[in-house]
Amino acid sequence: MNYELVVGLETHVELLTKTKIFCSCKNSFGDEPNTNCCPVCIGLPGTLPKLNREVVNFAIKAGLALNCTINLNSRMDRKNYVYPDLSKAYQISQFYSPICTNGYLELSSGKKIRIHQIHMEEDAGKLVHKAGDVYVDYNRGGVPLLEIVTEPDISSSEEAREYIEKLQMIMRYIGVSDCKMQEGSMRCDVNVSIRPAGSRTFGTRTEIKNMNSVTFMTKAIDYEFKRHIAIIESGEKVVQQTLRYIEETNSTQSMRSKEDAQDYRYFPDPDLVNVSLEKSYVNRIQDELPELPESRFKKYTEVFGIPENDAMLIVKYKNVSDFFEQSSINLKNPKMISNFIIGQIFRNIETESDREKFDILTTPNQLNKLAILIEEGKLNMNLAKKTLTKMLETGKGIEEFVSESDMKGLSDEEIEKLCDDAIKSNESAVKDYLDGKEKALKAILGFVMRQTRGKGDPLKIEQKIIEKINCLFV
Amino acid sequence: MCSNSGGIIKKISSSLEKKEFSCTEITEKYIDNINKSDLNAFVNVCEEEALNIAKKIDEKINSGEKLSLLEGIPMSVKDNISTNGIETTCASNILKGYKPIYDATVWSKLKENGAVLLGKTNMDEFAMGSACETSCYGRAKNPHNKDYVTGGSSGGAAASVAGNLSAYSIGSDTGGSVRQPASFCGVVGLKPTYGSVSRYGLIAYGSSLDQIGPIAKTSEDASIVFDCMCGYDSHDSTSAKVDYKNTFEHLNDDIKGFKIGIPNQYYDGIDSEIKSSLEEAMKKYESMGASIEYFDFPEVKSALPVYYILACAEATSNLSRYDGIRYGYRTEKYSDINEMICKTRSRGFGDEVKRRILLGNYVLSSGYYDAYYKKAQSLRSVIINAFDETFSKYDAILTPTSPVSAFEANRKYSSPEEIYLADICTVPVNIAGVPAISLPCGFDSKNLPIGMQLIGPKFSEYKILNLAHQYEVFTQYENNKCLQMGVIL
Repeated sequence: MNYELVVGLETHVELLTKTKIFCSCKNSFGDEPNTNCCPVCIGLPGTLPKLNREVVNFAIKAGLALNCTINLNSRMDRKNYVYPDLSKAYQISQFYSPICTNGYLELSSGKKIRIHQIHMEEDAGKLVHKAGDVYVDYNRGGVPLLEIVTEPDISSSEEAREYIEKLQMIMRYIGVSDCKMQEGSMRCDVNVSIRPAGSRTFGTRTEIKNMNSVTFMTKAIDYEFKRHIAIIESGEKVVQQTLRYIEETNSTQSMRSKEDAQDYRYFPDPDLVNVSLEKSYVNRIQDELPELPESRFKKYTEVFGIPENDAMLIVKYKNVSDFFEQSSINLKNPKMISNFIIGQIFRNIETESDREKFDILTTPNQLNKLAILIEEGKLNMNLAKKTLTKMLETGKGIEEFVSESDMKGLSDEEIEKLCDDAIKSNESAVKDYLDGKEKALKAILGFVMRQTRGKGDPLKIEQKIIEKINCLFV
Repeated sequence: MCSNSGGIIKKISSSLEKKEFSCTEITEKYIDNINKSDLNAFVNVCEEEALNIAKKIDEKINSGEKLSLLEGIPMSVKDNISTNGIETTCASNILKGYKPIYDATVWSKLKENGAVLLGKTNMDEFAMGSACETSCYGRAKNPHNKDYVTGGSSGGAAASVAGNLSAYSIGSDTGGSVRQPASFCGVVGLKPTYGSVSRYGLIAYGSSLDQIGPIAKTSEDASIVFDCMCGYDSHDSTSAKVDYKNTFEHLNDDIKGFKIGIPNQYYDGIDSEIKSSLEEAMKKYESMGASIEYFDFPEVKSALPVYYILACAEATSNLSRYDGIRYGYRTEKYSDINEMICKTRSRGFGDEVKRRILLGNYVLSSGYYDAYYKKAQSLRSVIINAFDETFSKYDAILTPTSPVSAFEANRKYSSPEEIYLADICTVPVNIAGVPAISLPCGFDSKNLPIGMQLIGPKFSEYKILNLAHQYEVFTQYENNKCLQMGVIL
């Protein structure tokens, strides 16, 4: 029998707010343990949470970018469970009425992965195991998270990969999260089930917790898919349970079964008031939303004529795309910039995270100047590439490498004179050309270019030479 | 009329100004009273800190600086309100040794106003109780008769004011914990509007019901303290951003034409002596020009179960953090973390707290949530609406504070509900979030105080304090024995 894979994803993204969700402690990664803590985020008796407005704004942005309905009234709930890294023994989250519902993310195939809901919540601290002892670091406690929950609309590990990569891209574009899976600022729980192809009912699902890499996620999905099929084919039933993925063996291992599932005893947090929003407030955030990758991709391919693969490479990294946008201002042919980026700048920036950072020594303004010189015919491509290399190596401005007179380019009189000289000095070539040997023209052009040390516009000069030769016989 | 008429705060303050006695002297006098007292009203006495503050205030007086009204007045704070560096245990073994590293907003406001903290007062463990008998330090005793309970949970606070161990005291009221002990001990207790006094630093019991309030000898004293405590606090999201009226300025407003409603249901099955005492009070109000009208208030019948479901649900969540990991008590012997948490909580909490944790977990469990918690929430709305409607007809309502006067200590109960019934007159107020005050209105045949309760609409503290003050003045404080026993050097 043919089976169909059914996958739903619950993705946690850590928000890039300046402070934590319920107190004014710094929200930062990798600091000394327990240095970004206060009575509120370590849950001392009598302390009260105060919802950070920036978190609400980020949730609205994420919701809008994922085509969700923004609920003007939502509420925080308590999720009760005991664990040493959870200082209040409950996590403040949204269960009964989340801030965003009913959205979707569109894959390149045009398929829409529906978003069930997005809700705000706090992260827990972290257990640190050291020399046989266990310590708790509460720095991460109270760091704001969004949990983005899809409907079970994903039907292959490839779709899951595309969903996650697109989600990362969108979150980075709107500036709410850096979505670094390896640092834990993006984590993913995967729900997997199977059913006979074409069936509309769902099979029993298993949940793989805390995936922290896209590659392992796709492997885990493929592994579970095969495992579920094997179980059903052998006439047995899939057991609903929570699993962890073991990288070394590419397999999954049971963490707890359904019977051991926790009862979180959710109820509205009486310490926090309803999150009430004005429609106009949401509209303002909508208006301020930056251009999303989907729309940039369309513009690059359809308006700028950049090949799809190249456009994708630019759009993929927000910093690169922003750099591209800024350095293409007032250019007739922005494709020149994408060629520079992909052909030249990326050659020295190979890793994904370095491309994500896109920390280079030149500015969009400098690259823009360079491109304008080319478009104005004041600099030929060879010289431009060499100049860009020097700019990238030294961080110095274009003025350092292209002189005033170079940048002014050649005057028409100078070109006239150079062409006249070239025709005089290359009589045989002129003769060959007149005899129909098109190639001979290149020799005359080469002569002129050598004289200008490469700064003339070859197309313009070639035109001039043809004009002059034709004039000889008028 | 006795020499303390009005209250003792203004009296002490003016004596300090006139240098009739120094702040150190009056502080020492109170500390002496505390040390000699066997009321068990205090769980922690801050003698050294109190005398240090007193000394500073004396220096201020001697330099001729003017004092604010609460400056230099010795007072006390319930043991569930966080005081920086001073042990705060909620009268529970599980918080033994816990010293907060921050001040509750209400305490920092009073401190800024020069309050002299004598110590932390006894209470029912985590404010769960109506007799101050669930404290891990043992029960506080009623100054009117030591064999009788003080009421609870702010029993230590009420006993300390009635027994002249503090000029006033700060308590907390989740289901009557300020008003009922005030009534049992013959003093005044104000439960302010939910949101008018910041809860930041109050160790939570039922977060949607908890409210900090003053216990004092008279309405005037309660008014002075309330005016200092109330106001918006950015640390507390449930704190109200409203224009807070100065209640002290309204104490002498004319109450002629005030409409006072008498809800029949509050008078069902109450002690006959209490009933006649309340009827006397109604007559006094009529003599002062207010109108009295009985009306039906059937919605309050569901208040008690609603209260116990909501309070316990919130409490179970609020108290889960006491696991022995970060602060407070931790069991000595354990082999793993689960055993550590389990033993710590089993030994650290008393029976009543455990009972309410279990009850709270039950009503929140999946499968029971709709039948209990959700139903209680919807009944809560019904009660809130009923109060709103009532206050469209009346300025205030008058009820007994408790269906009985103080009962004998160490009584055996046939079931927990028996003592839960003691809260029947006070809990509706917390459910609706409205303000209420309890003040003495007579004595029963055992010579124990009887308290009456005035309830007003939200943010009408100035009105109910006005009504209470007018009653006290009209009756020349004759029902206020504690005032006559006032501690003046």
